[in-house]
Amino acid sequence: MHTMVVSMNIEETPLPGIGVRRELRLATGRRVGVVTHRDGHTELILSRVDDPDACAASIPLSAEEAAALGQLLGSAQLIAQLSSEQESVAGVSTHQIMIRAGSMYAGRPLGDTQMRTLTGASIVALLRDGDVVGSPRPDEILRVGDMVVIVGTDDGLADAARILQSRL
Amino acid sequence: MDPLTLSIIQLGIVFFGLGFLGRLAGRIGMSPVPLYLLGGLAFGEGGLVNLAGIDGFAHIASEIGVILLLLMLGLEYSATELVTGLKQAWVAGLVDLVLNMLPGVAVALILGWGPVGALVMAGITYSSSSGIIAKVLGDLGRLGNRETPVILAILVIEDLAMAAYLPILTAVLSGVSLLGGFTAVGISLAVVTLVLLGALRYGHMVSTVLDSPDRESFLLKLLGAALLVAGVASAMQVSAAVGAFLLGIAISGGTAENAVRVLEPLRDLFAAMFFVLFGLNTDPRTIPPVLGAALLLALVTALTKVTTGWWAARQQGIGVPGRARAGAALIARGEFSIVIAGLAVASGAVPVELAALATTYVLIMAVSGPVAARFVEPLMALVRGRRPEPIL
Repeated sequence: MHTMVVSMNIEETPLPGIGVRRELRLATGRRVGVVTHRDGHTELILSRVDDPDACAASIPLSAEEAAALGQLLGSAQLIAQLSSEQESVAGVSTHQIMIRAGSMYAGRPLGDTQMRTLTGASIVALLRDGDVVGSPRPDEILRVGDMVVIVGTDDGLADAARILQSRL
Repeated sequence: MDPLTLSIIQLGIVFFGLGFLGRLAGRIGMSPVPLYLLGGLAFGEGGLVNLAGIDGFAHIASEIGVILLLLMLGLEYSATELVTGLKQAWVAGLVDLVLNMLPGVAVALILGWGPVGALVMAGITYSSSSGIIAKVLGDLGRLGNRETPVILAILVIEDLAMAAYLPILTAVLSGVSLLGGFTAVGISLAVVTLVLLGALRYGHMVSTVLDSPDRESFLLKLLGAALLVAGVASAMQVSAAVGAFLLGIAISGGTAENAVRVLEPLRDLFAAMFFVLFGLNTDPRTIPPVLGAALLLALVTALTKVTTGWWAARQQGIGVPGRARAGAALIARGEFSIVIAGLAVASGAVPVELAALATTYVLIMAVSGPVAARFVEPLMALVRGRRPEPIL
């Protein structure tokens, strides 16, 4: 697996006393970007249609939420592919669960979750820092911020979510 | 009652009352500064509580309040941001300075307060409140707007201009001769330049000396350094406030961010004391005679700030609604106008009416500034006769 590095023209504007704004100009002419405050929290911004200088939305995101959103956007194609592969099997679907700070399994090997034995669902991939770890082995260490991609029945997925989200 | 016990009870009443005023300000989404001033006015001569017992404490606390306000102003922008801002936006800064100092000068001369009064009023009408404006921009979700860097650049330049203005003011208020005034200005400009260059290159050294892994010793070192530098600056006739401000600029990077976090509660406490004391020392009966002048000045200087923002935003190729937003955002005046008025009144070199005018003016501007920033958008839509379009 390799990371795709796309060099887009990211415009960086310092906001003295507040932080930095980084934005992309989309093919449609809209601006979409992120304001990073000095204290580390981020805001997702999107420009207005009728007044391109202004913003239609600025959505505050926690570090975890921003990471999850980044993973989702970065891995949208993989998820779509996995979902379409599973579609043929009735009653089976794909789900992604994030390993949050304070999760019982953060820093522990994937095998500790006993996912297959307890729920019947399988972990088919990990999304980490924009990379994809396909078919992770049981000795793979789970980290905070990892997005775990699981395939299983609805019941199995619900159980899997409960296991991965259980806290210390 | 034992005088010490009485002082503690009085202080308790003051802080408790201020707490409620601050909460009220938060609830209606405005800066607490005007409410603190009003609180001070209400407690003034013949007010609800006789605060003679805390006079000594209130006096030194409000001095510390000014030092902390200026220290935090210096911490707000890094030396790099100041230098970049100066390079990029000095023309806009100059327009801002000329347009917004002139009304202050004019009103002082018309009221017969002489050149000293004119210099003081120029500073009061010039300095936008970076605290109020940054908060309003965040609250209204405008940090992603294209006119926002224009507004912030103007605030950065005002910040730098303060470093030159305050020493001049201090020199003039202490009644030095013209030559002495020029010397003081020369010295302070040289010091400002040195500190800026020093902070760019050696800022990390100041930060290393002050930095500390635990909060407690960090706070004590910071406060100690601020008071020392301010005191030495004051002894050298350069104004305590400027000393603290320059120290703030010299502290950089992560140390500056931690310093802001550690000092914020202290600044809030002592600055509140400063605003209350300023209100206390202003006799409410002196306000009605200057009310007309204050309203007129408010109207004129609101228009000059709108013009400044409009012009600066247009230079950056921003559309009409963005120009209006930039202009309206700059209207708010606040803490630094009161700091300037406080320095002037304490020196005794200006008439007491100036305190009344400054209080009334800041009350109007601190309240109407954020309101104007909020309602400029619907107003512009109305004026331009556009039907609302889908924004997403």
